Amino acid sequence: MTLSQPPLSLPSNPPHDSLPIETFDAIVLGAGGAGMRAALALSKKGHKVAMVSKVFPTRSHTVAAQGGINAALGNISPDQWHWHMYDTIKGSDYLGDQDAIEFMCSEAAHIVRELEHFGVPFSRLNNGKIYQRAFGGQSQSFGEKQAHRTCAAADRTGHAILHSLYQQLLATGVQMFDEYYALDLIKNQQGEINGLCVMNIHNGEYEILQSPHILIATGGAGQLYRTNTNASINTGDGLGMVLRAGLPLQDMEFWQFHPTGVAGKGMLISEAARGEGGVLRNADGEAFMHRYAPHVKDLASRDVVARAIAIEVQQGRGCGPNQDHVLLDLTHLPAETVEKRLPGIRDISKTFLGIDPVEAPIAVFPTCHYMMGGIPTDLNGQVITLNDHNQLQPVNGLYAIGECACVSVHGANRLGGNSLLDIIVFGRQAADYIHRQLQTDIPSKSRPSDLILKPVLERIQRWQTPQPSEDSLASIKHDLQTTMETGCGVFRNADSMQATLKALETLNRRLQTVTLDDHGAVFNLDRLQAYELENLMAIAFATVHSSLSRTESRGAHSRVDYPERDDENWLKHTLYFQQQNRIAYKPVNLQPKQHPPFPPKPRVY
Amino acid sequence: MKLFISRYDPQKDHQPYDQEFELEDGSIASDLMLLDLLHRVRAQDPSLSFRFSCQEGVCGSDAINVNGRNVLSCITPVNTLTSPIRIQPLPGLPIIKDLIVDLSLFYQHYREIHPVLQTQELNLEKEHLQAPEQRSQLDGGYECILCACCSTSCPSFWWNPDQFLGPAALLAAHRFIIDSRDIKPVERLKELDDPLKTFRCRHIQNCTASCPKGLNPSRAIQSLKSMITHHKTDK
Repeated sequence: MTLSQPPLSLPSNPPHDSLPIETFDAIVLGAGGAGMRAALALSKKGHKVAMVSKVFPTRSHTVAAQGGINAALGNISPDQWHWHMYDTIKGSDYLGDQDAIEFMCSEAAHIVRELEHFGVPFSRLNNGKIYQRAFGGQSQSFGEKQAHRTCAAADRTGHAILHSLYQQLLATGVQMFDEYYALDLIKNQQGEINGLCVMNIHNGEYEILQSPHILIATGGAGQLYRTNTNASINTGDGLGMVLRAGLPLQDMEFWQFHPTGVAGKGMLISEAARGEGGVLRNADGEAFMHRYAPHVKDLASRDVVARAIAIEVQQGRGCGPNQDHVLLDLTHLPAETVEKRLPGIRDISKTFLGIDPVEAPIAVFPTCHYMMGGIPTDLNGQVITLNDHNQLQPVNGLYAIGECACVSVHGANRLGGNSLLDIIVFGRQAADYIHRQLQTDIPSKSRPSDLILKPVLERIQRWQTPQPSEDSLASIKHDLQTTMETGCGVFRNADSMQATLKALETLNRRLQTVTLDDHGAVFNLDRLQAYELENLMAIAFATVHSSLSRTESRGAHSRVDYPERDDENWLKHTLYFQQQNRIAYKPVNLQPKQHPPFPPKPRVY
Repeated sequence: MKLFISRYDPQKDHQPYDQEFELEDGSIASDLMLLDLLHRVRAQDPSLSFRFSCQEGVCGSDAINVNGRNVLSCITPVNTLTSPIRIQPLPGLPIIKDLIVDLSLFYQHYREIHPVLQTQELNLEKEHLQAPEQRSQLDGGYECILCACCSTSCPSFWWNPDQFLGPAALLAAHRFIIDSRDIKPVERLKELDDPLKTFRCRHIQNCTASCPKGLNPSRAIQSLKSMITHHKTDK
């Protein structure tokens, strides 16, 4: 575009009854690690694939994953995938589905080596094999010695994986819809999900992408909380559209607060810092984790460490003038270890705290990091719902993978290094399943004219209101994040959650009446924020209702009023439906296929 | 604090212009990043558009030109900038709106160097072995976040944006050529042996000076030229 051109004429209003339609064999929504792995597999099989992303693919939040990806390669200490399976089940506080965890752990070694073959620049050992570091919750021989299971590319593993996947994808024919925002799933007259309404962010034009197979890989929603490690884009767009389509979300009470976010700011300081020997200290200089996890200390599960830090601060042993954080001490490590193994967190410490962790400890506090819950799926990534008779039933043509999905391999608490594994394993698996479906598919009965566009067109229209309003999207988002942090954070109880629920109802009314200040068509951030905030609001209700209903403490869901785990009543998954805020339940799978089940037992680290 | 921010909306404007914004000095904390400052400006004028995502300098979305230098707004402390702060889109590329440029050409050059590892087929029971010394060759190459700070600060790129591959793409090319696992380094070098694609680089070193990740594309291009000239690889 050269200067001094006449202004472009672009549509400022969406059409009222129809939208342009493009058709594909499969649509992948999201271009993080999960979406790209799936799109890669589908396109290699020759299918016509659309990959939709609201940012250019390498901007997706997988890029920020630091520590690594778990696989029992045994390159440093002896290892077996069965041990990995046990650790993951224990880490999940026994809420994870054992068949899904078994599948993920048994695939891990191949998955990591395949990534290496794709070009991922893993760090290396002297024998030339992939470097592996110790991470929290990892053990040998079902709970014995510490294992070294996390395969790492320094502390930039997510970046290395995401860029390598994008590079692989460039060699395929996947049609990339970069900087397109997906609004909603589109159903046909038969009630099947058959399309996706998207907006081209560059010009504000809407269109429909139609396919019998739609795979959601939109990642997490950490923007729900004020302090978080997540990118601004992590607004749970896929979850919002699933709720609006009348489908449930699973286990939304379980949000992981990473123990070591930069205090007051939230940037992630990888668990790798403790894996390489870093120690948490309170205001007395005491390495306090021995009091909470006598065996593995700083390498306990994340929920355990996050609670320990919160308790230290609550009991007056916090550091700094406001006694509001603890210190992550790496100063006793050789400078070379920090330089070679943790260059990224050294950068973050210098940039955001003005300290070099080689010389001074890092101020840290728990910060919202990961959503264990999500869209319920089976092992093939196919979305699950309840039918009219309250029986579990797959949703034809709809799939979900990665953080937005709940398969459930993380249960009530995810282990570090398992999220990168989750996205790649199930990205590939869902793509293979869709490929098999495409081979046997009978041509779709659905015609473009069958698509029901009314709900999405109404949603678009709602934000066209020209009158200005006093309220602003930014202030509603701020209030939403604050009330979620206060009422439904690391610790919660019925009173705090009821107060948050009340606040949410007020916020939701504000969201119904606020209008946009900007009605331009090109890169309208105001409109994007409105669509995103609708999703965050829906997820907030899902989280609080699910949390209120679960009257026990398990994994990351710590209820002060119900401090114990209650297997008799609560060894089950929560399902939340937006309609009437209905809660239902789904059994936990305790029947792995190859290994005998691991029955629940007390969780001690 | 005074800011001059370049504005351009293709629906309204014939050409970009600077808009002045004023923020209270007292409201600016000593550790505030430029991205947060831009969000505050948006609170005054929600029609202002700019890209951002991770807020910690790893996604590469938010490269802009500030007081004449290309930076990532999320890791640029406001207190390092002299007032008035002049904020413009990355130079040399078409503007889509305000601070958002069309990076198509930048991405196209990246694709042109075939940034895909070419290896011996291996079954999934094995990884390619790579000694730590071989792996350390990749340090300084693989960390690129494709933010385009380097290429859009390069005069050679401004002059021949359609033909000179630019520092980011050449840094990526170098990363594959020196990867001990890659089996096509000679073919890659032959493709780069071109007066415009590679040799248009005059080592002005704006790329290295502007890289927010501290990488050194200029040195990588020097090494490429040397390898091309000698028709051999470093392996």
